[in-house]
Amino acid sequence: MSKYSNMTFMGYRRENGRVGVRNHVVILPVDDISNAAVEAVANNVKGTLALPHAYGRLQFGEDLELHFRTMIGTGANPNVHSVVVIGIEPDWTRRIADGIRQTGKEVAEFSIEQKGDFETIRAASWAAKDFVHKASEVQREECSISELWVSTKCGESDTTTGLGSCPTVGNMYDKLLPEGITGFFGETSEITGAEHICKERATNEEVGERWYAMWKAYQDDVIFAHQTDDLSDSQPTKGNILGGLTTIEEKALGNLEKIGRTSQYIDILEPAEQPASGDGLYFMDSSSAAAECVTLMAAGGAVVHTFPTGQGNVVGNPIVPVIKITANPRTVRTMGEHVDVDVSGVLRRDMTIDEAGDELIDMIRRTANGRYTAAEALGHREFSMTKLYRSA
Amino acid sequence: MSNIPHLLVHDHEDNVGVVVVEGLTAGTEMFCCVTHDNSTFTLTAGDDVAIGHKIALKDLKEGDTAVKYGQDMGKIIADIPKGGHVHTHNCKTKRW
Repeated sequence: MSKYSNMTFMGYRRENGRVGVRNHVVILPVDDISNAAVEAVANNVKGTLALPHAYGRLQFGEDLELHFRTMIGTGANPNVHSVVVIGIEPDWTRRIADGIRQTGKEVAEFSIEQKGDFETIRAASWAAKDFVHKASEVQREECSISELWVSTKCGESDTTTGLGSCPTVGNMYDKLLPEGITGFFGETSEITGAEHICKERATNEEVGERWYAMWKAYQDDVIFAHQTDDLSDSQPTKGNILGGLTTIEEKALGNLEKIGRTSQYIDILEPAEQPASGDGLYFMDSSSAAAECVTLMAAGGAVVHTFPTGQGNVVGNPIVPVIKITANPRTVRTMGEHVDVDVSGVLRRDMTIDEAGDELIDMIRRTANGRYTAAEALGHREFSMTKLYRSA
Repeated sequence: MSNIPHLLVHDHEDNVGVVVVEGLTAGTEMFCCVTHDNSTFTLTAGDDVAIGHKIALKDLKEGDTAVKYGQDMGKIIADIPKGGHVHTHNCKTKRW
């Protein structure tokens, strides 16, 4: 027993047993041309959340599978109470609706062809209104900390992230993974320079070898296939370099501080894939771009995201609260409205990583109980699909 | 620790450290801390260096390896005197 073992939070228990920390009624477009209908429904019915996005037409192969996984995973996330799905034609619409229905939650589906926007919006608005009434009567109940799924990804990193905010997240994982939470980390390209360390942090050699093959495939198939320079200004980004990060190796070594000292990952996930190997830490093959990565991890089932930043990334997510942690005192001073957990004391050496980790755990508990994060209060709802290649 | 450090170093093997205060100017005698064991030392800053940027802990020569977290973080591409600013103008990735 540790002091974290009896921790509880007030969450929403869903039909499949998973626990959410928000209670959204989502209006989900299957494709880009259904965005207008989705936004009209969300405008008609207060308390709903439209998730417009840019894709969903003429995708094929692995890219199409990722699209379906992201759509279904987003709807299936336990932070979502129920879903209205709208697509241009009925077949892919039904495929996504049926995928979300596997969780047992209520889903209503509508397609636009042969009806037009007006009739679709009318019918979908009735369904959305019904869902809002039901969602607004659901009560939170006490849940064990072990039922929380927590993801992490850092952004606009600088050298202070590796010193303060990333080790804070690592300390949280070292304390809460033994209590049975499910964790996610990723950012495949951003482990470059620390891949030898990351490979060793797998729970066994077989998982480590699979992780390394995945990391190497991105280097060979994407970076070496498409690079026109050393990626400076892209990875590390312009913001990273302004903040003092010089090379991808330096950035990667700081990034990997997010898995702490003792945590090991138990399996590897495809982008937007939901964990199926039980409690523990998972590496999700993912972009290091903030909104894309958080969107993928939310589709994988994470209900709270921890986001270390140095220079001040402002990203949020529509369905998952994103907790911002920074150790950079200038960012606290100039961008304080975006900061949930200030660990700049770590740089002054008046706060230990252990204390910083406890502050983050407390903020995770309060956020799970319903406290709005800075990103939620400021309306940051970035929902960004990952696209693998051009559509047909 | 009573003093607030100007510079933090991750590991004793490192040859670069990170400025953690705003407005550091050349000539400042920096109070430095190794986070691994909280041991301390002093070093004179050779340049005005912004918060978050790195300083060489010893003379570094072109072709040397920059070491941070006790790990290889890139190659030095121009000589840097002890106390000097280390960044993209004199240090580069060994990868892409």
